[in-house]
This record gives sequence, C-alpha cells and structure tokens, in this order.
Amino acid sequence: MNTHENRIVLELESRTENVSLARVMVAAFATPADPSVTELSDIKTAVSEAVTNAIIHGYGDNPSNTVRLTLTLSQKLLTVEITDNGIGIPDVPCAREPLFTTLPELERSGLGFTVMESFMDTVDVISTPNVGTTVTLTKTLGEARHGA
Amino acid sequence: MFHIEIQGKVMTISPAPEIDAHSAERLRTSVDAAFEKSSCMHMLFDFAKVTFMDSSGIGMLIGRYKQAEKRGGSLAIANMSEEMNRLYAISGLAKIIKSYATNAEALAALKGGA
Ligand SMILES: Nc1ncnc2c1ncn2[C@@H]1O[C@H](COP(=O)(O)OP(=O)(O)O)[C@@H](O)[C@H]1O
Ligand SMILES: [Mg+2]
Repeated sequence: MNTHENRIVLELESRTENVSLARVMVAAFATPADPSVTELSDIKTAVSEAVTNAIIHGYGDNPSNTVRLTLTLSQKLLTVEITDNGIGIPDVPCAREPLFTTLPELERSGLGFTVMESFMDTVDVISTPNVGTTVTLTKTLGEARHGA
Repeated sequence: MFHIEIQGKVMTISPAPEIDAHSAERLRTSVDAAFEKSSCMHMLFDFAKVTFMDSSGIGMLIGRYKQAEKRGGSLAIANMSEEMNRLYAISGLAKIIKSYATNAEALAALKGGA
C-alpha cells in the first residue's frame, strides 16, 4: 500500500477555458485513492466552482493573472487548495450563503459555495480584500467500496 | 457544442459534453439568438449528451427559463444523468424547472401547457 503523501502544484492562466483542464487534472491526480464515479463527479464539480470563482470574481475575468492549485493526496484524503491574488471577499459568511452573488447580470446562480459544501467533506475560505482568496477543499475518497 | 431543433412551438437544445462557465456563456448567446428568430414559446434542454455540469449551468437554465417566460412559455429538462440530478436537487431548481426522464415526456408536458 502506498503510504507516502503526493503533492503537485499547478498554475493556470485565468481564463474560463482552463477550468475544464483543472477538473481533468484533479480527477487524474485522485486516481490512486480509487474514487467512485460519484466521488469523481463531486470533486470535479467542486473544483470547477472554486476555480471559476477565482477567475470570474477574483480576477474579473481578466486573463493575465494566475490561479494556483495545490493538490495533496495523503492515503485516501484529497486536499485541493485554490488560490488567487484577486479582489478578495469582504464578507465570507455572506458570500457563502446560498443564492448570494455579486454578478447576477452574468447569470451567476450564487450556488457555487453551496455546491462545494454539498460535494466535499470540508470547505475552508480565507480571504483578504485586495490581497486574494484561498479556498481549501478536502474529501476522503474510495470510502463507499472499502468501508469507512 | 450543441444542437438546436424546432418542432412547432418547442425549441429543443441538446448541449454536449460539458456545461461550465465557459460553455454556458456560448450556449446562452446562441440559444437566445435562435429563440429570438424563431416563433417558439418553449425550450426543452435535452441533457442526454451532457457528462458534466456545474452551477454555471443552473444560472444558464434560469436565464433561458426567463426568456421562455417572456413569451408566455416554459422550459423543461430531459435525460439528466444521476450526477446532474444531484446538482439539480441541491440547487432547488425543481421549484421552477421540471425534469423528465425522456424527451417525449417533456414535449408532452410543454405542449400540454404544464
Ligand atoms: N475567489 C473569489 N474572489 C472574490 N470573490 C469571490 C470569490 N469566490 C467567491 N466570491 C464571491 O462570493 C460570491 C458567491 O460565490 P458563489 O457561491 O460561487 O456564487 P456565484 O459564483 O454564482 O456568484 C460571488 O458572487 C463573489 O462575490
Ligand atoms: Mg461561483
């Protein structure tokens, strides 16, 4: 059995077309933990939400910035840290409320954080206005078929 | 990528394969343009070929629902995968947009004024 911890860091240019690549890379990175189809869908969706937020909210969809993903796999525990150096969130508890969005004109549903919370075990948000935001997502994988 | 087909008052949109912020934006522009030109009242989103969707897709569906509503019509969804069904449940979308197992059922409901 694989007991060491694996870790990779990815830097993406802040373009929405890169979000699909981020999803695929996280799914591939999680493969050694033997995730179920449902778990794979969960982590892809949650990562999609956080990376999209970094690009469209953090950086206002301006492509000349960088979103950093730090992926860690420790046995069955996947941790994904998504960091931007964008505008930050003035009131994190308010932003996490279902249906809260600052971009209704772009047809945002305000459900990104709700989706992350539903699909991951933990969602941690650290943000400073004009400095940036780090969202940390964790999930224990492969539990359904191996017993908790 | 997506496919648009018109049958009477119903415009059927079949997106594929993924709906995220990037593809939802393109979908919204094309669907609104086609709907505008048509004399359709209703929209039917056939999700048979959709393998991934995040909350950008929920926002896109609500936006298209509003377009159909302006014409006195409605919007329905068909052929959602198990994964998409979970997103649909979390979003609370069911309160305004109904989901059907098949296109035929969705079409019947839209034509019947459901
Ligand atoms: N990385 C970020 N940088 C700045 N603001 C953010 C970030 N992530 C989220 N937000 C804020 O939190 C709000 C809620 O996010 P979310 O639940 O994903 O909904 P949505 O993306 O649909 O607006 C956003 O509208 C935005 O104001
Ligand atoms: Mg979001």
